[in-house]
Amino acid sequence: MIDTVKNAEATPDQEQPYKELGLKDDEYARIKEILRRRPTDAELAMYSVMWSEHCSYKSSKVHLKYFGDTTTDEMRSKMLAGIGENAGVVDIGDGWAVTFKVESHNHPSYVEPYQGAATGVGGIVRDILAMGARPLAVMDPLRFGRPDADDTKRVLPGIVAGVGGYGNCLGLPNIGGEVVFDESYQGNPLVNALCVGAMRTEDLHLAHASGTGNKVILYGARTGLDGIGGVSVLASETFDDTAGKRKKLPSVQVGDPFTEKVLIECSLELFEKGVVVGIQDLGGAGLSCATSELASAGDGGMHVWLDRVPLRATGMTPAEILSSESQERMCAVVEPANVEAFMEVCAKWDVIATEIGEVTEGDRLVITYHDEVVVDVPPRTVAHEGPVYNRPIQRPADQDELQANTPDSLPRPDDLLALIKTMAASPNLASKKWVTQQYDRYVRGGTVLAQPSDGGMIRIDEETGRGVALSTDCNGRYTKLDPYEGAKLALAEAYRNVSATGATPIAVTNCLNFGSPEDPAVMWQFEQAVKGLADGCAELGIPVTGGNVSFYNQTGSTAILPTPVVGVLGVIDDVRRRIPTGIGAEAGETLLLLGETHDEFGGSEWAHHVHNHLGGRPPKADLKREKLLSEILVAGSRDGMVSAAHDLSEGGLAQTLVETCLIGEVGARVFLEGDLFTALFSESAGRVLVAVPRTEEQRFTDMCTARRLPWRKVGVVDPESNALEIQGLGELPLDELREAWEGTLPALFE
Amino acid sequence: MRVGVVTFPGTLDDVDAQRAVKYADGEAVPLWHGDHDLKGVDAVIVPGGFSYGDYLRCGAIARFAPVMQEVIEAANKGMPVLGICNGFQILAEAHLLPGALTRNHKLHFVCRDQWLKVENTNTAWTTRYDLGAEILVPLKSGEGGYQADEDTLKELEDEQRVVFRYVGENPNGSRNNIAGITNARGNVVGLMPHPEHAIDALTGPTDDGLGMFLSLLDTVVNA
Repeated sequence: MIDTVKNAEATPDQEQPYKELGLKDDEYARIKEILRRRPTDAELAMYSVMWSEHCSYKSSKVHLKYFGDTTTDEMRSKMLAGIGENAGVVDIGDGWAVTFKVESHNHPSYVEPYQGAATGVGGIVRDILAMGARPLAVMDPLRFGRPDADDTKRVLPGIVAGVGGYGNCLGLPNIGGEVVFDESYQGNPLVNALCVGAMRTEDLHLAHASGTGNKVILYGARTGLDGIGGVSVLASETFDDTAGKRKKLPSVQVGDPFTEKVLIECSLELFEKGVVVGIQDLGGAGLSCATSELASAGDGGMHVWLDRVPLRATGMTPAEILSSESQERMCAVVEPANVEAFMEVCAKWDVIATEIGEVTEGDRLVITYHDEVVVDVPPRTVAHEGPVYNRPIQRPADQDELQANTPDSLPRPDDLLALIKTMAASPNLASKKWVTQQYDRYVRGGTVLAQPSDGGMIRIDEETGRGVALSTDCNGRYTKLDPYEGAKLALAEAYRNVSATGATPIAVTNCLNFGSPEDPAVMWQFEQAVKGLADGCAELGIPVTGGNVSFYNQTGSTAILPTPVVGVLGVIDDVRRRIPTGIGAEAGETLLLLGETHDEFGGSEWAHHVHNHLGGRPPKADLKREKLLSEILVAGSRDGMVSAAHDLSEGGLAQTLVETCLIGEVGARVFLEGDLFTALFSESAGRVLVAVPRTEEQRFTDMCTARRLPWRKVGVVDPESNALEIQGLGELPLDELREAWEGTLPALFE
Repeated sequence: MRVGVVTFPGTLDDVDAQRAVKYADGEAVPLWHGDHDLKGVDAVIVPGGFSYGDYLRCGAIARFAPVMQEVIEAANKGMPVLGICNGFQILAEAHLLPGALTRNHKLHFVCRDQWLKVENTNTAWTTRYDLGAEILVPLKSGEGGYQADEDTLKELEDEQRVVFRYVGENPNGSRNNIAGITNARGNVVGLMPHPEHAIDALTGPTDDGLGMFLSLLDTVVNA
């Protein structure tokens, strides 16, 4: 029997499975208070998914407010839409607006690697589409457990194939991302997906249902039984199956990229024809989310006839239809006069479109099923007025001990040449070609830079050459040692990577991956990281335009390394001025190291890979310096003074040299001063290696000196040598280095 | 020069093929899968992607699309037709070209910059190249392994109908390292690599692919 509102009123004491759906006692009590009766099954399903951690941000909200508090009007000046919309939107000039966002799909990808990763890509792409933009490229920051662990061998190939399988078939170039290994991600891999899209500024669409009488049209794939409870169960709880507790059925959605490709083209044609008032994608929480968010953000109520929803399974209950997370669906609000035109476009693309509802007077979201009312709620209470928790925060007891355990006493090797090779072959520093080779980076013909460049770059305007660059970064070891500084370092690196392409950074997004919010130590890490990131953005003068929080990333009581992945977007007037990563493009290049090197090994790749050590303090982040460095790089690109640039990060100068030579396929002669171990392997922030044509050397170094950016000449490009020679140490033939750098991942996963 | 570029639901590289035609000073004419005429074009490109989601088998559904009946008829009358990647698969399914494309031998999708050797410069699409020239263009496919029986392979080799061959390590298990072939008349060419992604060194590895579209310009002008 279908549980109607009438039935709920008649049976106030009927027991309901709210605990199994993830609601706490007081949350259930609040729902009853809002409705002044018990919720129906369908209402309970809606509230439980919408009030889940994943959808409601109930543990993070109080902290995320800090992003808004620290964003000045000046920082906001280029923002057309920000936190709270499907994705942030920034004005990049010439009438173009760019929207970008990164989201997590961690838990589904652990359960079902291929589909979890695939639908992660699909979901973020629909978020971008829902802003009215054409999705243009994707990036995937991924994190796995120990590379040789059985579970990593299970999840990694599937996740990579899923990212590729969906993105390739969708026709979006994959222009970058990360692949990082650390034991803490074992049993809880991180699959974050970023999408960037562009539109003319006047085409911005926001998710709201305004105008009484307007029609609500569901279009795209049919609704099935897949992904029910996905967000509330998978994304909001850890996987430990406590004995005696009824096990929830984890349920991963199944993606169909072909349907999504058609949905994209169909939606863009609908936008172009001007027949859409409001639009919302269906992702986590499915129709529950789409209807309540559209209604909540509009100025009226909404009536939905649930029995009209096209299904692909028989016997689905209203609650199941509302919480299904079937992929490739969108919900549009359309004026009655435009419904016919809307349907014509959908017919052209063979996309199923159904009028399922109407914007109404009043402020209730009413959902009927065969003429019986199964939902009657104030939509804001579902979508925007969920519970808010100020969870206990406690600096971990062992944080001091961790910071006191510095890497200073770790033995440093004598054979530095051998160490360069060892480090180049270490899983975190090794070439990710085995992964990125499975992603299409060429489709649509706008890709100017992609992996293994520091940042990905795409052309937005074919006439003017205006484009954007993007990078995502985070070093979880730094964040573990000092969450505040670590988050700043993640921001600094992404900012630097974007600058190294010649683009000017203008906006920030993030995906905050943490352990359980019920653990005060995790909440401390979270609070610190948010503060660090927000303060860093304020220092750099660029706003956070949106983001995503993923909690409960832990196995048993062990949380992952705190991993606030930071994405930075930059703009470049003309992509023809981009700075490539590899050296050797110009005859006679000088290698200059910009920035300063200190003895900083806390959380370094060397300490991790060689000594399995994590302790001390991370390198210092100096954002004023990063800003200056960025300005110098952009000026260098604009005036044609820089022929290649590559940032220094994990693995230090040694790794940067190896990569610049191998990517450029030419040798170099390098001369360093002081302690060579520190010079080669320290991970001090704020450094970039640039190649400048000899004819520009004076002009460029004069500029650095005048603006007080420390620089040092560290070598020359040597097209004849086919080796990386380091004075005082000897030389490493490039083919040997290539074998070390490129051999690791195939050996592990082929 | 007016060149039709076919779009099926799931086609991805149509914008790239249109751009390549423009780079060769041609006019790109979009053709929809449901069209029943070719709008008076001089040549047709069947671009890459995943037509109809590649359900059943790559190209198996697309070959039955209304527009393909027109393409098949025109090709048989001598119109220059180029199939790239999924387009090659469709032309093979439509029997405009012999053989079939199968799953890459290592079972992964492969996207990489691939050296090719030009082995036939007499087709409608390859006159601008020097015989034996090596060109660098992107290859990006999961089912690019060229397969044919011994007799067909012998016929292709004897008649110099292998247009492009992979140089170096075989990327997908194609027999005889075959990357692209032509029909007996030389007007229909199919290849797995993507010349339309190599028309500008800014966005591709080289501009080596542009030669195919410029060759077409010569063919159309001289026809």
